[in-house]
Order: sequence, then C-alpha cells, then structure tokens
Amino acid sequence: MRRLLAAMLIAGSQAALAVEAGAPAPEIAGPRLDAPGQSISLSSFKGKVVYVDFWASWCAPCRISFPVLDSLYRGDQSRGLVVIGVNKDVTVADAKKFLAKLPVSFPLVGDAGDAAARAFDVKTMPSGYLVDRKGVVRKVHRGFTPETGAAIREEIDALLKEPS
Amino acid sequence: MKLARGLALAAAILAGCANVAPYQRGYLAREAMALDPNPGMARALEKTYSAKEAASGGASVGGGGCGCN
Repeated sequence: MRRLLAAMLIAGSQAALAVEAGAPAPEIAGPRLDAPGQSISLSSFKGKVVYVDFWASWCAPCRISFPVLDSLYRGDQSRGLVVIGVNKDVTVADAKKFLAKLPVSFPLVGDAGDAAARAFDVKTMPSGYLVDRKGVVRKVHRGFTPETGAAIREEIDALLKEPS
Repeated sequence: MKLARGLALAAAILAGCANVAPYQRGYLAREAMALDPNPGMARALEKTYSAKEAASGGASVGGGGCGCN
C-alpha cells in the first residue's frame, strides 16, 4: 500500500532533470514567431555561440532582459553569436503585444507543446542558457537583473574567442 | 476498508490538482484567475453591503458596529 502511495506521488511530480552547465543542450525546434512560415532549430547553429532565452509577456524581468539581449545580439552577431527567444505565452497575441513595446531583432520561436521548456526543465522565468560552439551548455542564468546582463556580456565574449 | 475509502477519497481529491510549471504561469496571469478580477466593482459592492447591513468593515477589517470608524 505504501508503495502504491509512493508511486502515486512520483507520478504526480515532474521527473525531468534540469539542464545545468556542462550538459549538452537539448534540441529546440519550431515555427518562428517573428517570421511566419519559417522554422528554426537549435542544432542548426552548431559552430556558433547561442544564448537561449525562455521568456513571456507576463514575466516582469523580461522587460529588462530584452533590450540587453538585443544589444548583445546586434553587437556580436558578426562574431558568431545567436540569440534565440523561446516564448512561453499562452497566446501569440500576448507575445505580439509585448514585442510591440520591446522590439528585438533576434529570432523568436514558439513552444506551444512545452517540449523545449520540458527538455530544459525551466525552473524560473526568464531562464537563459549559454551554449558554446560545440553545443554544450556552459552557463545557466535564472532570473535577470542589470548585473546579469554585464555577466552575460563577458561570458559571451570568452566563448566567442574559443575555437569552433 | 477504511484505508481503501481513504485512498479513494485521496484519488478523487488529487485528481483535481495540477502542477503549474514556472513556464506555464501565463495561465495564472489570466484575468479570470485573479482573486478579485474587478477591484473597483468589488469596492462599490462592499460599500453598499456595509451601508445596508450596518456592518462597516465587516467584509475585511475587524471592528465596526459602534459607528466610530
């Protein structure tokens, strides 16, 4: 009987393991929010440094992170940096309203079935995963403050200097 | 028998629970999920209620009845 209860409890909890630094980045693939008809996948950016950012319109710190990430992307795109924004809004309309106020130039992808969020086991909004040129997660940022922005800038600079 | 009944009850209650992952909080941010989706209307209703029932503060704050607040 005790075993049955334990099984019920385990079934109710989430079993996925959170992605931490050192782990290979799970795949993200889906339709682009910012370019209808096109799709995007994380694995196609192998050889580049990728910052994967899970965001939503209801996430208050995302209002700080978006301008910072956009300026990072604009500055280091030519050196091999890609920023992918994974949207976690319930409706696309919510996301569009947010983007009208804080427009960004980096690619955005929807995650309607929660596949990407579940694969990364996102614990906080926003969560940022810095992936190196070999596809390995090197740094995880949970939450976002102005200091986080400065730290990411340095980490990206170091990763861009690594050979692919 | 008691245990079986308890388990059945637990199963019935637990079925109503759902895990809301951090990235799913958009559902909780919906207007319909707010405790009080319309604070202005609630304030007006409360004012009417306390006037009609002579129970100032009866809805939230302690006290009332003496007419001194």
